[in-house]
Parts: sequence; C-alpha cells; structure tokens
Amino acid sequence: MSNGLGKLIKTLQIDTRLLGMIGAFIVISLVFHVATGGTFLTPRNLFTLTLQTASVAVMATGMVFVIVTRNIDLSIGSLLGIVGMLMGVIQVQILPDIVGFGSPSIWIITVTIGILLGAGIGAFQGWLIGYLVIPSFIVTLGGLLIWRGGAWWVSKGTTISPLDPNFIMLGGASGTIGVTASWALAIVGSILTVVFLMNTRRKHISHNFAVKPLWAEYALGAILVGAICGITAIMNAYLVPTRILERRFAAEGLEMPEGYTEAYGFPISVLIVLFVTIAMTIIAKKTRFGRYIFAMGGNPDAAELSGINTRLLTVKVFALMGALTAIAAVIASARLGSAGSSLGELDELRVIAAAVIGGTALAGGVGTIYGAILGALIMQALVSGMGMVGVDSPLQNMIVGGVLIIAVWIDIIYRRKTGDA
Amino acid sequence: MHKSIIAAAVVVAGFSSAAFADGHGVTVGVSWSDFQEERWKTDEAAMLGALDAAGASYLSADAQSSATKQLADVESLITQGVDALIILAQDGGSIGPALDAAEAAGIPVIGYDRLIEDPRAFYLTFDNVEVGRMQAAAVFAEQPTGNYVFIKGSPTDPNSDFLRGGQQEVLQAAIDSGAITVVGEAYTDGWQPSNAQRNMEQILTQTNNEVDAVVASNDGTAGGVVAALTAQGMDGIPVSGQDGDHAALNRVALGTQTVSVWKDSRDLGRNAAEIAVALAGGAALGDIEGSATFTSPGGVDVTSMLLAPQPVTQANLNAVLDAGWIEKDVLCQGVTGLAVCE
Repeated sequence: MSNGLGKLIKTLQIDTRLLGMIGAFIVISLVFHVATGGTFLTPRNLFTLTLQTASVAVMATGMVFVIVTRNIDLSIGSLLGIVGMLMGVIQVQILPDIVGFGSPSIWIITVTIGILLGAGIGAFQGWLIGYLVIPSFIVTLGGLLIWRGGAWWVSKGTTISPLDPNFIMLGGASGTIGVTASWALAIVGSILTVVFLMNTRRKHISHNFAVKPLWAEYALGAILVGAICGITAIMNAYLVPTRILERRFAAEGLEMPEGYTEAYGFPISVLIVLFVTIAMTIIAKKTRFGRYIFAMGGNPDAAELSGINTRLLTVKVFALMGALTAIAAVIASARLGSAGSSLGELDELRVIAAAVIGGTALAGGVGTIYGAILGALIMQALVSGMGMVGVDSPLQNMIVGGVLIIAVWIDIIYRRKTGDA
Repeated sequence: MHKSIIAAAVVVAGFSSAAFADGHGVTVGVSWSDFQEERWKTDEAAMLGALDAAGASYLSADAQSSATKQLADVESLITQGVDALIILAQDGGSIGPALDAAEAAGIPVIGYDRLIEDPRAFYLTFDNVEVGRMQAAAVFAEQPTGNYVFIKGSPTDPNSDFLRGGQQEVLQAAIDSGAITVVGEAYTDGWQPSNAQRNMEQILTQTNNEVDAVVASNDGTAGGVVAALTAQGMDGIPVSGQDGDHAALNRVALGTQTVSVWKDSRDLGRNAAEIAVALAGGAALGDIEGSATFTSPGGVDVTSMLLAPQPVTQANLNAVLDAGWIEKDVLCQGVTGLAVCE
C-alpha cells in the first residue's frame, strides 16, 4: 500500500479490515441492485434489511466475546426458541389475566423476565464450562438439544399468537420513531461523535501520544457524521404504505388528507441493535471486564496467573450471551408477531458465521463488535438479495456456505500479510 | 424367534376365527415413531375409540425417534401376539426387516401417515396433492385473476412438491390463459415461519407490492406471509395454509387468511383401526373399501387409502368448533361481526 490511497487510509487510522467489509457489502449490494433491476438499493429494501438483520446482529456481538475467550455457544438458537416461547406464554396466557388485556406493563414485565431468564440460563451454562470444566462445545451442544426440546414442551407444538401489540412494536415496522425523532437522534449522535473524537485527541496529546494531523481528524469526523446522516436520511425516505395510513385514519374516524405521506424513521429494533453495539464496544474497549476477556482469549494461562478469575469471567461472558439472546428473542418473535417452537432454529450457525466473517478468530483473543454487526449485515444481504432474484433456498445455502469459507480464507491471508494477530 | 413365530401364528389363527365368530378378541399393535409429538395423542384416542367399538384391544410401543428401536418394538409386538400392526415409520426405508417378520408371522401391516415403500404394507394417509388442490382452489375462488405468489414448504420434504403439484393442477388453466401471473415462488427452509416472512418481504419489495394472492403451503408459512403483508397494510388478500393450527384458524376468523386445509387426524386414527380390524379378520389389502393403487415416488405400487382433507374457511369454522379441535375463545380472539363467534 504505497500509493496515495494507502497513505490516506493510514493517516486517517481507519481499520483496513473494516474498509474491506464495507467494500464487500457495497459490491454485494451493487450486484444485487443490478440483478434486481434497481430495487435492492431502495430505502424500502434497506429498511427491511436492517429489520431482518437485527436479531442475529444482537447475538453476534455476544458471540464475539464467547469466541474471543476461546469458547463457542451452539445453544443460542434453541435458547432464543425457549425464551421467545416463554415470553409468548407470559404475555398472552398469564399477564392479561393479572394486569388486564392491553396493559402497557405487559411488554415491560415480559421483556424483563425474558432477559433475566436468558441471563440465568447463560450463567448456568457458563458455570458448567468455567467451574466444572466441561468443554463449551459439549455444554452448549447439550443446550441446543435441551432448550429446543424445552421450547416444544412449553408449547406442545402450537404457535402462540397474536402477541401483545406493544411488544410487537419492538421487532417490526409497526414500531418506528418517526422522522423528527430520527433526525434529533442523528444530531445527538453526530455531536457525541465529534465530542468523542475531540476528547480522544486531547487525551492523546496530554499523554504525549502521536496524533493524526488535524485535517485527518476533520475528515474522519466528516465521514462519520456523513454516515450517520446518510443512514438517517435513508430510514426517513421510506414512506409508510398508503394502505396503512388510510387504515390508521379510518380507525380514528377521520378522512386521510389528499396526498398525505409519512415516513418511518428508525425502527425500534434497529435502535436496540445500535444501543447494544455501542454498549458492547464500550465494554470491550473501556472496561476492565472487556480487557480481561481479551487477555484471557490471548493467553488463558497468563491471564489466570496474573490474577484474573477466568472461571467467573466465563460465567459472566455466557450470562451476557444469554441476555443478548433474550433480547434477540424479543426482536425475532415481535417481528413475526407470534412465537412458534421452531423460532431461532439454526440461528447459532448464522450468528457464528456473522462473528467469523466479521473477523473474530476462532483461536481466540481477536474480534470486534462492529465487525460482527457488519458480518451479520453481509450475510443477510446475501440471503435477502438471492431471495429477491429468485435463487432457490438449497442453492442459497450453498452460496452462503461458500462465502463463509472464502471470507475466512481472505481474512487469514490478510493477517499473514499485515502481521496482525 | 422360531418358536415365537409359531406361537404367534397359532395365536393369529386362533384369534382370527374368534374375530370372525363375534368380532371380539382381535389385538391391534401400534408402533409409534415418536409418540412425544403432541398430535399422535389425538390419533391414538381416535384409534382407541374405533378399536373399542369393534371390541378389539390395543398394544403400543414408542420408538422414540429411533429406527433401530422401532424394529425391536415391532418384533416385540409380534411376540405379544398382535393380529394386525399399524406402523408409523420412523424411516420408511429401513423398516423392511419389520415387514419380513410380520409377513413370516402372517400379520398384516398398515403404514400409517408416512409412506412405507413396500407392496406388503397398506398405506393410509391424507392426500397431500389434494391438500394442494384445496389450497389453490380456495384462493382462486376469492381471487380468480392477478399476481400470485407461491410460498412452498421445505425443499427437503417430498410433501412440499406434492402440495405444489396439486396447487399447479388447479391454477394451470388460469395461468395458461394469462388470467394469473406467477410473480414469485420460494421454498421455505425447514418450514420456518421466519424464513417464509423474509421470502415474502423480498418478493413484495421486488414486485413493488403488486401481489394479489399468496398460496402458502402450511399454516406456519402462512403466519410469516401474513406478518409480511401486515407490514405493508396488505393483510386481507387471499392466503392459504394447512394443518388447522390454532393461530391460523384465528387468522381465518379475522379474515387475514382465507383457508386452512384441515387434516382431521382423528379420521386417520379411526380409519387405521377399522382397516386393521378388517385385515386381522382375513381381508386382503385390496378388499378394503375405498382402497386404490398408489404409485410411490420410488415407483412401487402400494395398496393405499388417501383420505380427503377438509378446507376450513370463514364459511365453515363451525366444523372445527363442533369437532372440539379448538376452543371458541381461542378461535374468536379479537374477532368481531362473525356469526360463528357471536
């Protein structure tokens, strides 16, 4: 990378792997855009794509920590199934009798119980792995069978539907925050980004660290703010279908004004992903817990000798994975509007693939949260794009499998060349 | 083994004459592949009722999803002296030795719900091609023209293509005349509702919502389809399904799903019991009333009886209520202005 572009990227201190993944996403999108005759890169499809990715993306952030600590979690698809099913039973069959049908407390209680349940099951599996030293592959393989069976057992094979209307807003297009709030959020996000960049620079200077040239900071800030505003503009460009607006007006006994339109803005589920991404990135980079995770993944023996309680750490990592899986269960069941016993089937493989495509090394010690999110987005773009083009699902699976292997192969070559871990 | 076969043969001979004499004393053995599945309990109850009525008794074994255990189960049932066997095969391809043992003991075998590709077994199931026909017919009755989408079943399940074939038969003429245009078609991995939802979303995006009807192959996939339609305010266009899932019957009552083709498993259980008693009484496979020859996908001609399923629409929701298949409050949740729910 001796050309001008290479220098520019170096000066800006942008992760080249991140650039590569964004590049891959853009290439995939452009190919599908042409193949679908210009429908892939429309606000509508990008909006749908983010909704479709949300559940897997949330779990992928947790899987990064699990894989970084040299473990694996095969149980999350089944865990999602049983937590989703129990939340369905709680909100449809139990809570309406206690707090009244349609009460706004239903979704809050349901989600709280769900997350506690997910974290509890995760912690239990973590305890088996950390304290009883049973390999995580085995514990979670057992979990895969146990929780899927449990999900069936809770429901006796039936589908729980319809779910609470407030709960459904957490997963799909029925729960969006509108144009104004989306722009407000974009402005707050942009300001925070700029403040963060300035703070980092000030700190680096005060510690006598090398800093980028000032123009590079400005350029980076402009790119980030531009990206935030661009995504917001896309979400705000997708108009609510006229039929839905007409029904809404009709429900209130009003006539819809001629030419009235309204845009969606950010879906709540996408905001959940955003929040989880930021929180998990802060945990990874700024907290002791996060540093311990990467230390343990890099060298478990050294970590233990230096006084890190790696057993307890394992329990915490799996508890976190379980809690995130419960959040994913909320999104997945809310999006579908029902909870069936097959909910989340094979999600463990999608999540692991997303984390791995995102640069998480199965050998442990290496991985980024944003990489996993991008990995999930790339996978979903592939599957959804092929669905639009009309590729049949067996062939879809074959292509996704091939892409997974090639992505990891490219990553290995990249690491060998750059000497990265 | 040899002794037990002789014993069984003696027992069979003894019971057969007894059965002829007064209809009492026949024992029917049932080998379930996976009795932990809820639905088989419904089948079993219907079988017990029919066997009781015929004065026959019932023995059963559960293979717990193991093809190997099922072979042992069948041998054990033969040893216990059953006069007819009903086998819900875990794996139709590896059940051969069980048929050999039954044949050696002179015991007739009924392949229950899942195909056993062997002319020695009587094949009893619902007609899946007919299910597909009924799905397409109900949607076609509501929407005889326009853009159709087919959300098919799992690509690994042979039933998916039987269903799709039946749907095509009904719609072929309208497709040929140009009244119906197929604008999208997708398999659903693992019959999973979330996959059906994603496929439907992509087809809607690709066609800019120009979809007038959806032929979905079961109620789970129909649920995903309706979720995708609802997001576009398009719920209410004709959508098909099958199985009589409670959630789907509720959708039929609400008007977001047109039809759920219902295979009343009690019909299957009752018929199996009656055929078993008849076969135990010495009837030949071909003598069973309503039997016909069915050519399996593998090219084997088996004697079979394919039961007709029942399409459930808003017009005949009474059928599922009267059958006790679903509670009224579950069926009618959120429904207003439908006579059956008043």
